[in-house]
Amino acid sequence: MKSVIFRAVAPFLTSLMVLFSIFVLLRGHNEPGGGFIGGLIAVSALAIYGIACGVETVRRAIYFHPMAIAGAGLFASTIAGLISIAARVPFMTGLWIYPSVFGVEIPLSTVTLFDCGVYLVVVGAISSIALSLEERGGE
Amino acid sequence: MDVAALTFLALALPFVAALVAPLLTRVLGHNAAWVLALFPAAIVLHFSGFWPEVSRGEVVTGGYAWIPSFNVSFSWLIDGLSLTFVLLIAGIGMLIVLYAGGYLKGHPQQGRFFSFILMFMGSMLGLVVSDSFLMLFVFWELTSITSFLLIGFDHAREAARRAALQALVVTGGGGLFLLAGLLIIWNVSGVTQLSLLTAFGPEMRESPFYLAALLLVLGGAFTKSAQFPFHFWLPNAMEAPTPVSAYLHSATMVKAGVYLLMRLNPVLGGTPEWQILLPLFGGSTLVIGAVLACRQTDLKLMLAYTTMASLGLLVMLTGLGVPQAIEAAALYLVAHSLFKGALFMVAGIIDHEAGTRDVTRLGGLRSAMPLTFVIALTAAFSMGGLVPFFGFIAKEEIYYALSGFDRRTMVFAALAIVGNALMFAVAFAVALRPFIGPRVDTPKVAHEAPILLWLGPALLAAKGLSAALLSGLTHQLVSTPMASAIAGEPRTVAISVVPHIGLPLALSIATAVIGVILYLKLDRLRAFIATILADIGWGPDRGFDQFIRGLVRFSVALTRRLQSGRLEVYMTATFILVAFVLLVVPLSYGEFPRAPYFAADVPLHELAIMAIAVIGLGAVVVAADRLTAIVSLGIQGFAVAVIFLLYGAPDLAFTQFMIETLSVVVLALVMTRLRLSPSDHRPLAQKVPDLAIALACGAGFGLMLLKVTGVPFDTTLTDFFNLYSKTIAHGANVVNVIIVDFRGTDTLGEIAVVMVTGLAILSLVRLRAGSLRRIADNDPDAEERA
Repeated sequence: MKSVIFRAVAPFLTSLMVLFSIFVLLRGHNEPGGGFIGGLIAVSALAIYGIACGVETVRRAIYFHPMAIAGAGLFASTIAGLISIAARVPFMTGLWIYPSVFGVEIPLSTVTLFDCGVYLVVVGAISSIALSLEERGGE
Repeated sequence: MDVAALTFLALALPFVAALVAPLLTRVLGHNAAWVLALFPAAIVLHFSGFWPEVSRGEVVTGGYAWIPSFNVSFSWLIDGLSLTFVLLIAGIGMLIVLYAGGYLKGHPQQGRFFSFILMFMGSMLGLVVSDSFLMLFVFWELTSITSFLLIGFDHAREAARRAALQALVVTGGGGLFLLAGLLIIWNVSGVTQLSLLTAFGPEMRESPFYLAALLLVLGGAFTKSAQFPFHFWLPNAMEAPTPVSAYLHSATMVKAGVYLLMRLNPVLGGTPEWQILLPLFGGSTLVIGAVLACRQTDLKLMLAYTTMASLGLLVMLTGLGVPQAIEAAALYLVAHSLFKGALFMVAGIIDHEAGTRDVTRLGGLRSAMPLTFVIALTAAFSMGGLVPFFGFIAKEEIYYALSGFDRRTMVFAALAIVGNALMFAVAFAVALRPFIGPRVDTPKVAHEAPILLWLGPALLAAKGLSAALLSGLTHQLVSTPMASAIAGEPRTVAISVVPHIGLPLALSIATAVIGVILYLKLDRLRAFIATILADIGWGPDRGFDQFIRGLVRFSVALTRRLQSGRLEVYMTATFILVAFVLLVVPLSYGEFPRAPYFAADVPLHELAIMAIAVIGLGAVVVAADRLTAIVSLGIQGFAVAVIFLLYGAPDLAFTQFMIETLSVVVLALVMTRLRLSPSDHRPLAQKVPDLAIALACGAGFGLMLLKVTGVPFDTTLTDFFNLYSKTIAHGANVVNVIIVDFRGTDTLGEIAVVMVTGLAILSLVRLRAGSLRRIADNDPDAEERA
């Protein structure tokens, strides 16, 4: 893309969107949001970055192959389900712990891990499609 | 450990052995056979422990629940029939493992061979002890698959590959018939276990589905046991290494069909259909097999056709329904496994040592291979039914059963005499002809075989003699329990090697005399049969090829018709079907939704948003180029998302926003990638039908949605989730809690689908046009032209 303004703004826009996507992911349990929506926001961020600065830049920026990210997500979600079996409750039962960090109680759960997995799968799978399309489209 | 656990272990043991076989062979070379033979020996030892119960006529069952909700279990049934089979399979299996150690000595893939043959042993053991139908079917197909692997062991040769595939298609296809038959039996009787089925014999035989069940079961049994006209795979299977032919294709696997018939005899047997079909197919297989055996000059093929004939004899006896026929079948089955296994191994030894197994190029081997000669003669005496071997006992029992004077029995007695006499001639052509006469030059200079090679056949041949001499013990342990299990009622076998003057003995002598004459005239007989066969020209073997070729041609033609490869055709077909499904139901039942109710006081901003959506749609239709159309479609999507937001579905709206954004981006990218022309050039003649399809689809979806929303809303689930979302899942956002917690397993499946779809699209995007063409180019006609 030739627009200088777009190219200058895109990195900041992308960082903000990725940050926002993580925010949306984490707040999802109590307010609108969650892994799926968060993942889609992150993909749009990457797509914008790709249109602005080229696919190679995006690939360097995310470091891992998008499909590896998706695979890691699927793995994390499966593990989140299997932890329950290790704890001798049925598969996929949500388990919660409330560790206290600097006096603030933080609720952590296998459900959160599962949602993060969903996020990663969506980011990885859809961005790999979008990126490979952009790559060829530019030729 | 209790007996059940040990039995389960014994059934699993061959598969364990198959796992360690390649490693052992790498370390020990061909001597691994000595170690591997211990596994079947352990199985023989374990199952021999059932002898006291079984010889008292008891039935031992056991097992574990497998899928309790479907009433499927992993359970076994050990009675006289299955115990005999188990001991034959494991006992002969042990000898075959040893024999294979010598036969394939130094073969680079010997470890793999051991692995395959032990896997087969496990499958066959599972098949004969199965009590549950499903387990029977699974092991039945496993024997077909392992047989495929073994026949195709020498996979570099095309003939071996073809034979393997043919055997798999015929026996595996027959397995599907069996499955259908078992399902019918299950539906009629309501039980899924053979041990419980016996009580339902009368119900089965009087059921209107009896004939269907019988034909399907026979379809399975006849293909597996190589009955005419499904016999052609068996001679072709001789492409396998000789240990395989001796084990699978004479002693065990081909008897699975006979086993099935014997097992189901108390349930399905005794009816006119049973007593017509079985003797008819069995009798014709007997004679055809024996005649074709005389035609061959290859030792293995001669034996293969006599195996086919023997299987025919067994099927005939099982279905004959005259006194003593069942006892005769039981005796002959055991005798056949012993002498045929031994003879096959002898043929393998001759091939191994002399370098050829063409009977016309062999002669005078007796001085070079005296031990093999003795073994061969012992086995041939049993096959020919001579005193004092086990084959004699079996043959006497057969003629005893067939010595009635009604017309039907006399016909089958004549068939049996012809078949047995021909087999007598072939037995001595295999076991005598290569050893006597002047020494003929063979490709290799023949020496006596090493111990690994002769041990197996020697023990089998000796067994054929000792089982006959100790006939009292044999009957007590094997024949009587087995015959009782087949008949479904107590039977006693009491025949001994001492000949009694009577009609059976006379028939035996007549068979031997005719056999000797045929043996002396074998060369002329062979030429005569060859002329007749050449005149017929066509056989089921060629028919199989024609069938397969026809099938491939048909599927290619069908695929060409259905898969045009044009995206427009696929999309048109899909949308027409969608419109049809959505519209045909309301139209045919007259079930239209009530006209939607429009409130008079719609707020202005909602009206504005709906207007935006409609404008977006209009813009799609009138857009001059594709990019504008795609963006306009996005406008409509955003407007819908805002409506979701206004009506209290923020999650849905949120997702819709993101999906719309991404689909506009992806569509635009696809468009540039596919180098579509910027605008739409469809002629009017195509635009009008496309429009009609689009309108029909839209109307269908609209009608469906109106109908669905017209139904009073059921709030059970809403209430449940609202109530429990916070209390048990610690989340206030019900939508997210449903996705990640209440229905988390669904989501796990969905993200797996997302990932796989991503991979599929990725590979499609990466495919180049050239490689696509190569994939599509899978057409036999093109190959023939090339």
